[in-house]
Amino acid sequence: MVIDTRRCVGCMDCVVACKTENRLPEGLNRDWIAYETRGAFPTLSMEIRTERCNHCDGPPCVSCCPTGASHVETFGTLVLVTHEMCIGCKACLASCPYDARFVHPEGYADKCTFCIHRVREGLDPSCVSVCPTHCMHFGDLDDPASGVSRLLASRRGHALLPAAGTGPRIFYLD
Amino acid sequence: MDPLSRRRFLKISGATFGLAASGAGLAAVARAVNDPAAGGVTGLRKIATFCDICFWKCGAVAHVQDGRLWKVEGNPEDPLSRGRLCPRGTGGVGAHFDPDRLRAPLIRRRKRGEDAWTVVTWDEALGYVAERMLKIKAQHGPEAVALFSHGIGGTFLKHTLRAYGTPNLAAPSFAQCRGPRDVGFHLTFGEEVGSPERTDIRNARCLVLVGSHLGENMHNTQVQEFADAVGNGASVIVVDPRFSVAAGKAKHYLPIRPGADLALLLAWMHVLVVEKLYDQEYVAQHGFGFDAFAAEVAACTPEWAYPETGIQPQVIRETAREMARYRPATLVHPGRHATWYGDDAQRSRAIALLNALLGSWGRKGGFYAPVSMDVPGYPYPPYPAPAKAKVDNPNGKYPFATETVTTGIREATITGQPYPVKGWFVYATNLMHALPNEAETIEAIQRLDLMVVVDVIPTEISGWADVVLPESVYLERYDELNVEVFREPFVALRQPVVEPPEGFDTKPNWWMARELALRLGLGAYYPWKHIEEYLDTRLKGAGLSLEALKKTGIVRGAPQPVYFEDGVAPEFPTPSGKVEFYSPQLREKGFDPVPKYTPPVQGPPGTFRLLYGRSPVHSFSRTQSNPLLHEMMAENAVWVNGDVARRYGLKTGDRVRLRNQDGVVSDRVQVLATERIRPDCVYIVHGFGHTAARLRRALGKGASDAQLITRYRTDPLMGGTGMNVNFVSLEVGV
Repeated sequence: MVIDTRRCVGCMDCVVACKTENRLPEGLNRDWIAYETRGAFPTLSMEIRTERCNHCDGPPCVSCCPTGASHVETFGTLVLVTHEMCIGCKACLASCPYDARFVHPEGYADKCTFCIHRVREGLDPSCVSVCPTHCMHFGDLDDPASGVSRLLASRRGHALLPAAGTGPRIFYLD
Repeated sequence: MDPLSRRRFLKISGATFGLAASGAGLAAVARAVNDPAAGGVTGLRKIATFCDICFWKCGAVAHVQDGRLWKVEGNPEDPLSRGRLCPRGTGGVGAHFDPDRLRAPLIRRRKRGEDAWTVVTWDEALGYVAERMLKIKAQHGPEAVALFSHGIGGTFLKHTLRAYGTPNLAAPSFAQCRGPRDVGFHLTFGEEVGSPERTDIRNARCLVLVGSHLGENMHNTQVQEFADAVGNGASVIVVDPRFSVAAGKAKHYLPIRPGADLALLLAWMHVLVVEKLYDQEYVAQHGFGFDAFAAEVAACTPEWAYPETGIQPQVIRETAREMARYRPATLVHPGRHATWYGDDAQRSRAIALLNALLGSWGRKGGFYAPVSMDVPGYPYPPYPAPAKAKVDNPNGKYPFATETVTTGIREATITGQPYPVKGWFVYATNLMHALPNEAETIEAIQRLDLMVVVDVIPTEISGWADVVLPESVYLERYDELNVEVFREPFVALRQPVVEPPEGFDTKPNWWMARELALRLGLGAYYPWKHIEEYLDTRLKGAGLSLEALKKTGIVRGAPQPVYFEDGVAPEFPTPSGKVEFYSPQLREKGFDPVPKYTPPVQGPPGTFRLLYGRSPVHSFSRTQSNPLLHEMMAENAVWVNGDVARRYGLKTGDRVRLRNQDGVVSDRVQVLATERIRPDCVYIVHGFGHTAARLRRALGKGASDAQLITRYRTDPLMGGTGMNVNFVSLEVGV
């Protein structure tokens, strides 16, 4: 996923849409908005970001999971949780540098799935498809010819907390 | 670690991916099936309608899973939403499920404002209203009943009240919002900006926002186009005492002293005129009174404006030149909520004049010429002619008011002059938050013989009613057609997608308005029995049908040219037929024919000017109890400049109270200590600090700007109430 922070206005439509699409319980969200302001008034710069699970290349939430519930899908780089196998031990919550996980009231660790139920049908994740500013782009980062790869190559961008060493797979265009 | 590419995963995923997803999916389906509200209907139905969480009226597609409302998405066919709703529209689902919604008709059982009610039947409620209305008509004439309404849902109540015989139909959207802007543009171009605004943001190469916080103010099409403009590298200039979201996208951010906008606008025009950077051909061809205008702005140098605005003369010149560089694709946005300081129509006129200098009115990247479909009205019998003129504007006190002034009706209700007002209808507008100085609103209400509130939620104003009529949420009802005036013609339908939840005895407004008319002996004005007949009649008049519109939600007309350069004939329906740089009609009424700057009144020492604005996840004071939107923003915070906060020993999250110049003290509100605001003002998002006990979820959360706005300055041109004239001190440790 590639997110154009220049276009994002932080409206939270992605958060609301994730909530309705995935029928999340009250008080729990899989994505959120972060503001980063630099400088002193009036010489300021500000980045607004929509954040969620980074579906890392080396996900600590998977390696620390005692049951194998947290896993990397065989045919993709998505990090997912098999609800039935999860015992709710919260090791993954502690291991995630992005604080992207929570325990669902039904007892399993929950987080962003990139809406794979939609992706399977050829649709974008819900947050991407509703965004009124079209700031989010979803596609194949491993394919240099894909829209997201070309977009990422065309602009300066950054990932979050690269020093954590988890290989985050969401990139933010400056 | 991943041998296969993501794209390949997309192609071959199929059943493999079903595992984790099906957990959530099956659980959800099971819940829906077991839900009594599901009503035994299975499967996914998608129904097109249009949104009502704000007035923008975006086309939407509601998804109903097994009879239960699941989600609402944008209608891809809709030119307003372009298939994408804003967060409020997406959160519209919460309006249907809000447990605090009004459930049944209510009649007051104790004193007004004590919020004590008897649940009654619709027949009792409407019978009570009709009886009082007939009595008022007999004693005072039909003009003694007034309506305050907001949004397209008020159409049928207006129809009933016109048939009853009153001309006093008002909306706070004029005198408490966009009125000054519309008047300022009308005086200059002979036309208004309209709603949705005729701003061609997406093609603008330079966009100037004067106090307009697009992105926080979530008018969907505009925000989408703003993102397009930013994405296309447009030069954005933002003027705001607060470093808004838009300021974060700007090439130039001008942190203006609150209230000095007109000085800046005059100085910008000075630079364009003196440096001959304006569109001389456009002005020569279309302008009237340019020389007199030029003589007026000659004195308004950037050096003159500097002490007023706090903006360096060099920055004023540089930004003026930037605007000239991209003209006519330079759009100085007219804003929307323009009731700030009481000289707002003149400030808006200055914005219109600046656009005229840039030649942007009627041009690509400026203001397009909107079009609409020809959908004839329903062939009703003519309304009775009211015996008395409107009550809000006696003797043309506000000579340039183009709509009814809400606060004029309020004043007449209090004074009984020019004639008594004895009945109020309030439709879908929370007057306690919309009008300034709630004490006057309460005083007016106490003089009424009848006070009716029609709404979906129990807002503060409903607590003051004699009768509360609960309306069905927009997802549960038909409404008037949206025959939009926009950059392309289309007509949209609102239609019910679900029933009101079990146990909610609510009705659509058209039903209430019709039933009331029948009880008032006005049946001749409702030849149709069900709104479907009305809608179909109107649509057939345009060669369309209700049946067709029910399927698509929207029918688009053929595109038409919308720019002068594409063949639209330039027309300026002013008295001179031209763009009035100098306004003889203003001079005749004793006003400045070219806008003049007056410094704003400053507050007592130790106080901060109270500024307010919008959040992208709330509409006015009407969405704070919506469970989904409440979760996105449960309360507001008072923005305090970082240095000021340090001086007061405050940090983000601390609680303070705001005390205004008249001793009114707010609820406890959290502090946002931030670099993003000047030290001479504070800012809160409007619509919070609810006091209505039945709005359980929103009650007592945050501070109410409306409560603190005890003072206002009335715009002498058109009656708008400038509300940025209140000052607060911070009460710490409370």
